[in-house]
Amino acid sequence: MDTNKINKIYLQDIEKCYGDKRVLDNIDLSVSTGELCALVGPSGCGKSTLLRLILGQEPPTKGNIIIEGSPVSFPDHNRGIIFQKYSLFPHLSVLENVLLGKRLSSGRWWLPWPKNNEWLDEAMAYLEQVRLSDAINKFPYELSGGMQQRVAIAQALIMKPPVLLMDEPFGALDPDTREDLQLFLLDLWETEKLTIFFITHDLEEACFVGSRLLVLSQYYSDDRGESYNVNRGGKIVADYQLESVVSSTEIKQNTNFKDFISTVREEGFEPRVRQHVRDFNLHHPDSFQTLTAEENRVHN
Amino acid sequence: MKHPMFLGLHAKPPKLLKRLLMLLPFIILISMYLYASHLRLTDNPHDKLLPSISSMLQAINRVAFEEDRRTGEFLLWTDTLSSLTRLLYGVSFAFFTALIISLYMGLYRGIESLLSAFVIFISMVPPLAILPILFISLGVGEIAKIALIFIGTFPILTRDIFLAVKQIPQQQIVKSLTLGASSAAIIYRIILPQILPRAINSVRLVLGGGWLFLIAAEAIASTDGLGYRIFLVRRYLAMDIIIPYVLWITLLGFCFDFLLRKLNFLLFPWSEEKNQ
Ligand SMILES: Nc1ncnc2c1ncn2[C@@H]1O[C@H](COP(=O)(O)OP(=O)(O)O)[C@@H](O)[C@H]1O
Ligand SMILES: [Mg+2]
Repeated sequence: MDTNKINKIYLQDIEKCYGDKRVLDNIDLSVSTGELCALVGPSGCGKSTLLRLILGQEPPTKGNIIIEGSPVSFPDHNRGIIFQKYSLFPHLSVLENVLLGKRLSSGRWWLPWPKNNEWLDEAMAYLEQVRLSDAINKFPYELSGGMQQRVAIAQALIMKPPVLLMDEPFGALDPDTREDLQLFLLDLWETEKLTIFFITHDLEEACFVGSRLLVLSQYYSDDRGESYNVNRGGKIVADYQLESVVSSTEIKQNTNFKDFISTVREEGFEPRVRQHVRDFNLHHPDSFQTLTAEENRVHN
Repeated sequence: MKHPMFLGLHAKPPKLLKRLLMLLPFIILISMYLYASHLRLTDNPHDKLLPSISSMLQAINRVAFEEDRRTGEFLLWTDTLSSLTRLLYGVSFAFFTALIISLYMGLYRGIESLLSAFVIFISMVPPLAILPILFISLGVGEIAKIALIFIGTFPILTRDIFLAVKQIPQQQIVKSLTLGASSAAIIYRIILPQILPRAINSVRLVLGGGWLFLIAAEAIASTDGLGYRIFLVRRYLAMDIIIPYVLWITLLGFCFDFLLRKLNFLLFPWSEEKNQ
């Protein structure tokens, strides 16, 4: 049981089915304090499903989920979450969005929110950290996508959650903003000593951001030699520690990094499997865009 | 290429022309009325069907600025006051009930299962058909009229606001939970403020129906009110009163709609922008 205490997230033999459709299969995972664990996988492999299980939004069909030593029941303040869309509350200003956690957890929703200078100072400090102190009175619709995600980060951090979960948080941003926010997140992770579970379908992003890289995929070589079928659940097919390469801003120029990505690609998405991916892609034109586009980029 | 001023897909009317175009249907309608009224009145000066503007003005003067000989009241204003009171009560009750029910229906699956079929069923009942039942069971007083407005507007409001609640992304609810919210706090601090603009728009939509039920109820059993007056003077073909009353009701309806729209804009600037 000791390991449960050290591990922020502990998943034990998780399986998730929707009716007959198996989405996740046999997931064992522990994320320890201070890790920035990046989970990468093609669209539809069950990343968001895994996130919903960790949040407690849905129960697993089988297995246990333990956060900081206690089993998960429903979403609560022990996990912060940042989604790709709908990350802010449109009816609240930036400052109110960031203060919201403090206010809601004070419990007295039926009274006007109390004026609390401690909360205000804290919110301002986080807004400063996400470089938005001069936009505090704006509404979300007045902000760019990148700014919105930065507010969302401040909003989640003010609760000081033991784990911060992010589901493709930068997926909707343009490449420059995206890179900017990736660096920003790494900075924040290092200074604040956060534990982050970061989901993306972009392998390059996962390698760049993560201190640890997990590949979730439903395309794996099967022990029983079964041929690929659509009803297979995603499994964690690769798990790398990236401590040595990450945290350097020059990482993208580094040739080792590119070699590394191709290694991951070979092991995580081996060529035979990738053929399946392409076949699948033909039938589901939207699903693998990023992976294939990104693949071309790395190989050229 | 030059955009045409009026005709076709690419038309871009200049500002002045837009104003004129806006006024044109009104001008046509009024001139047609004046012409027809003129024809009939030259034919028979005692004709009542299409009274002249001046006789309507006289009638307005009589009902609005002279005390009624029998009751000593200014009829137009007392009628307006009692009609608006009924409408206000009926629509406000409907609004608050619909708001509460649709919030809980939208967020709690159990309550949704319990009520959604019932609300749809109720909304199919033609309100005017149960008017006799209301008068029989609630008497001919104010309650029955307010109840009719309530029954006529409440189911539609509920269904419309329910849809708005359902449109709130699940992610927001999950997120509120991770920010330490209780379910009551989610309902009243996260969902309610977001659906209010939409709910006010729903009120704008049902207000027309509200007037319909109000006037129907007043026509059948009442001693004052705009609908009562119209149906009372109908007996002696007093078109010079009926037409101004209809125009007055229309104007009131238009003003409420305008005010609610402005209210939405003032209170929820974020929502107006979002919808653009
Ligand atoms: N509520 C659900 N009911 C049925 N199938 C679902 C449900 N949610 C997700 N799925 C299926 O699970 C698979 C994984 O979905 P998801 O976790 O969203 O993938 P990812 O986030 O990796 O793109 C998809 O094939 C999807 O169709
Ligand atoms: Mg997803």
